[in-house]
Amino acid sequence: MQKGGVGEKMLKFLFRVVRFLRKCIFSVLSVGPVPAHIAFIMDGNRRYARQHNLKEGAGHDAGFLALMSIVIYACELGIKYVTVYAFSIDNFRRRPEEVECIMNLMLEKIELMCRKDSIVNRHGVRIHFSGNLELLREPMRDAAKKLMAVTANNSNALLTLCVAYTSTNEIIQAIQKSCEEKWVENQEPRRVGRGPINLLEIEKQMDMAIAPDPDIVVRTSGENRLSNFLLWQSARSYLFSTLALWPDISFWHLVWIVLNFQRNQSRVEKKNKQV
Amino acid sequence: MHFSLQCSLPPVITALCPQSKSFSHEPRHHRIKKPISHVPKSPLCSTTERALIHQCIEEEEEAFDGRVEDQTLPLGLRREALPRHVAVIMDGNRRWARLRDLPVGSGYEAGVRSLRKIVELCCEWGIKVLSVFAFSSDNWFRPKVEVEFLMSLFERGIQEDTGIFLRENIRISVIGDLARLPKAFQELIINLEEATKNNARFQLIVAVSYSGHYDVVQACQRLALKAKCGLIEPSDINESLIEQELETKCTEFPYPDLLIRTSGEFRVSNFMLWQLAYAELFFAQSLWPDFGEAEFLKALLAFQKRQRRYGG
Repeated sequence: MQKGGVGEKMLKFLFRVVRFLRKCIFSVLSVGPVPAHIAFIMDGNRRYARQHNLKEGAGHDAGFLALMSIVIYACELGIKYVTVYAFSIDNFRRRPEEVECIMNLMLEKIELMCRKDSIVNRHGVRIHFSGNLELLREPMRDAAKKLMAVTANNSNALLTLCVAYTSTNEIIQAIQKSCEEKWVENQEPRRVGRGPINLLEIEKQMDMAIAPDPDIVVRTSGENRLSNFLLWQSARSYLFSTLALWPDISFWHLVWIVLNFQRNQSRVEKKNKQV
Repeated sequence: MHFSLQCSLPPVITALCPQSKSFSHEPRHHRIKKPISHVPKSPLCSTTERALIHQCIEEEEEAFDGRVEDQTLPLGLRREALPRHVAVIMDGNRRWARLRDLPVGSGYEAGVRSLRKIVELCCEWGIKVLSVFAFSSDNWFRPKVEVEFLMSLFERGIQEDTGIFLRENIRISVIGDLARLPKAFQELIINLEEATKNNARFQLIVAVSYSGHYDVVQACQRLALKAKCGLIEPSDINESLIEQELETKCTEFPYPDLLIRTSGEFRVSNFMLWQLAYAELFFAQSLWPDFGEAEFLKALLAFQKRQRRYGG
């Protein structure tokens, strides 16, 4: 029993040392501009499972662990907004068994995050779901709403999970809402419609209006495309592609991403001064 | 932060573009039609469905026209794997001039030569549409002298090269908030578009005073007007309706398969946001005036290796 106690104490000590070293590195990084918002296209879970001869779903399981790690690192570095492409509307076209597996896994993880001692709650992370939740089954929808409610008072950071999401769908919904608002204005006898719909009105109606535009959009697994993710919001974002599969993403990848972002920012500022 | 470029083409295109082949006058996607049974049933993303249908049809067309036309392609390029629509953000002209202690105008002129070369290659290799980001909405904030210089360069280019576009069967379309351009320039554009609208061999889309946000907003405004007039309900608005109102409605292939950005900048900079949903992105380190055949070939070869899954 004593041995187990000593072992446990050693492990806790080691974690504290690693966390301290991480904070030192983040302090150095913080000398330069720290992105307020990073978005991730979490690509490579299936490939990870195949590479490690794991069963279906295990790759996504590993991907969830990677996500929680990134959330911790983001909080430590002071990144206020993290957005992830968890499940695209296009992904419904996958094999039904695979979709079912992913949905069950998401449900399980959502319930895990609802717990008071979950990583998100311990680190003060608020969760927001972006996407067409009507496309999800009721238990999943209810679970998502519950998680948003449970974490509503967390204010350290915001993690947006894009589920049943595509950017084009988000824009369409925003346009529909803007048009409906204008239509209602025009119907009211004493009010006159305020003119054509503009950019700000559409942006106000977007699901992602809850966060500023991402400073960086990262895609793992080496692909170089946005795949209908945050098209509107990433108009001026720094795009970064890494060969690492999503479950393999680590602290060092995040450091490298932020360093590259900082180097690019100084280049952009220099270019703007020359205009 | 942005780039700007005029789009004029030289007489040398006459000599470099291949002769039309007798069997390839029809648009590619009309030639062979076969019932598609394995297109996904989801009605949720029409863009993806259309892209997959085009992909299936092109796979059927491989053997038909691959054999005879392959001799015009460089080694390694496969005709069936070429992108139909390439978009380019032509960045780096001013930096190119500064590195050589030349005036900014020289950078733009060098960029024009580069654009001419790429247009020639597209014609030669069978790429159907090339979109270029010539002048962004943000570029209006540049020094007035520079903006005026660019506008006059654009106008001169159009005037000089109209004959070439007609002769070479090239269609020109200009997209963007053209109301901000000088009136004379607007008229030139309208006349050029009208004169070349039936040209079917190759289409050059020039984005002037354009931004991706502007494109979506203007599409939305048109739809809102239709809703106001009772022609549609707000709930009818879907991807297909928006696609029909975007500025890229001027082309048969509105979605770029490949976006190339030069000068080592890793951003889309508000170019064709909606249309780039599934485009493969290629970032080249060289400045636009230095982006020639070798670099273009590298981009196309990289494109060929990409596996496009559209979320599946």
